[in-house]
Amino acid sequence: MSRLVKRLRATYGDDVLGLVAFLLLVVIGFSLATPRFLSAANFDSMAFQLPVLGLLTLAMLAPIISGGLNLAIIFTANISGLTLAAILNYYGGVDAPFWAFVLGAGAALLVGAFFGFLMGAVIAYVGAHPILVSLAMMIFLRGLGEFLTRGGDISGFPDYLKPIGHGFILGVPVPLIIFAVVAFAMHVLLSHTRHGFSVYMIGSNIDATRYSGVHTQRTLTLIYTISGLLCAIAGILMLTRFNSVRVGHGEALLLVTVLACFLGGVDPFGGFGRVVPVVLALVILQVLSSGLNLLGANQHLSTAVWGLFLIAVMVLRFVVGRVRERFEKRRN
Amino acid sequence: MVKAFLRDYPTEARLLLVVLAIVLFLSLASDSFLTLVNFTSLLNNTAVNLIWAVGLLVVLIAGGIDISFAVAASVVQYVAVYVFEAMGGGNWAIGFIVAGALGIALGFVNATLIHHFRIITIVVTIATFNAFFGLLMFFTSGRFLYNLPDWWVDRIIIFERQTADGTWAELTLPVAVMAVCLGATWLLINRTTLGRQLFAFGDNPEGARRLGINIALMQFLAFGWMGMMAGIGGLMQVNIVQEVVPNALIGRELDVLAAVVLGGARLGGGRGSVLGCVLGVMIVALTQNGLNLMGVSPFAFKMVVGAIILIAISASNLSFARRVRPPVGGWK
Repeated sequence: MSRLVKRLRATYGDDVLGLVAFLLLVVIGFSLATPRFLSAANFDSMAFQLPVLGLLTLAMLAPIISGGLNLAIIFTANISGLTLAAILNYYGGVDAPFWAFVLGAGAALLVGAFFGFLMGAVIAYVGAHPILVSLAMMIFLRGLGEFLTRGGDISGFPDYLKPIGHGFILGVPVPLIIFAVVAFAMHVLLSHTRHGFSVYMIGSNIDATRYSGVHTQRTLTLIYTISGLLCAIAGILMLTRFNSVRVGHGEALLLVTVLACFLGGVDPFGGFGRVVPVVLALVILQVLSSGLNLLGANQHLSTAVWGLFLIAVMVLRFVVGRVRERFEKRRN
Repeated sequence: MVKAFLRDYPTEARLLLVVLAIVLFLSLASDSFLTLVNFTSLLNNTAVNLIWAVGLLVVLIAGGIDISFAVAASVVQYVAVYVFEAMGGGNWAIGFIVAGALGIALGFVNATLIHHFRIITIVVTIATFNAFFGLLMFFTSGRFLYNLPDWWVDRIIIFERQTADGTWAELTLPVAVMAVCLGATWLLINRTTLGRQLFAFGDNPEGARRLGINIALMQFLAFGWMGMMAGIGGLMQVNIVQEVVPNALIGRELDVLAAVVLGGARLGGGRGSVLGCVLGVMIVALTQNGLNLMGVSPFAFKMVVGAIILIAISASNLSFARRVRPPVGGWK
């Protein structure tokens, strides 16, 4: 038993095992509290709700690992969704042909990547703080979106988009498949490529990284460009999920994505953080909110519980660290 | 003296130039800009933001960041309504004490988590942001409160003058309170030992600790001060809008943060001034005010404000690109 635990710890790390234990605890708790929790309907609804927050969190992940933050993710997603909606509407709205969607989605990805690139370039070449740059970009994009839409909704999209937001492939919800593919791609990018390695190095010590010959400015620009691209995917998914686009849709998710990253063990100072524990953290947040919902609470109570949960996890990490420190001191 | 100012406060000097340029441009572009009526209404409208800005300034100087203050202000407003009711009405003196004390209490929640559990400030305040907001919305169900004590919502005019064309230029109570808050914060950070210690602590926490500075006191002072300003700002906000809306202030924290950092307070601690804070808030306010007077669509305001902040930080960093490089270990 102890050997198994040791091997699991060596392979997956303490943070993953701790989160899995938390997840089991929460799932068992909710299953005992309400019989409707362990039902197919509940699992489907969770699988449809998770991906939007999940994609946005992945967009937040690499910037945090590199020691920054991207506060513009929600509005980058909104503007990208808006691009797709505008092109669909231009080619007939409900009657738009399929190639209009392909064109629109391509344009949306381009727009998301462009604003990410712009932010990355300012951060990398001007040297301004990422929080400030992305904050200014957020205010700018929100203004741009409100200016273009006059604060209203855009809706009326062709029927063939429905399966993307609401359909199943082989019994698995399509949004979940999209999220899984993107999460896997991010995992590979961060842990098995040169770019990923540079991201962690920049987060640990940007000066040392520069002196070791890494083109830190290009890497930083790429980090935010990819982040913008992920936002665009989230924006397209939001369009198909809600069947409408409004600037400000999902605004409340901004700080939840940061919360999910911290819960997933990402170092707020940068340098450390992995995709797998972050995905686990997302699942925990979703389980908490769906479970509370089944028990009759509303979204606001879930928000509060998310916040309190993050505090509890951080306090627990502190206490565990303290106890372990004492233990090692005594052994020496 | 001018030379000394330019040498000691380069950021503030540059911002002052920007403000003067904006004022010059707007007074040429619009007849109604350089009038007493416009000037007083500008002050009335920015009073609450300035109160919060100097609170946030103290936290930033101490090396922290606070995302939760706007939500904390909402909590204070809501709780204060019930406290006043229980006390049978209350008056301004009681109002300030209650709002200040409630704000300080919420600030101490943040400080406790930060100091005693060694959790980083951005993680704590994002968690408390979610917790405060979720709990507030859950317990109030988003209900508006209109039935407020008379003293709280009555307009108190501290200065009035009739202009040549018959309109009245007035300054209201929040402006006076703002002036007191600015003065008190200036005294705190420039003229007290504790305030100077805040700079040392923000610049180098470990160095400050070894010098014998009381670290716990620093955290509680910074977040207590921020909380007090959040509470007083909340009290003033009700005086202006004459209602308590639980989700009215959410989102303001990022606008204030952008303005304060624009004003030269460094994310990472150890630098910032009340003057810079005022200038940062004023650049944003003047821009909005000017666009309004020039008849620009209100939907375009935020876009232009975002663009101006982006250009301002790029400009202020470019000239110093060598000096203000990200510090070793990233930006935070």
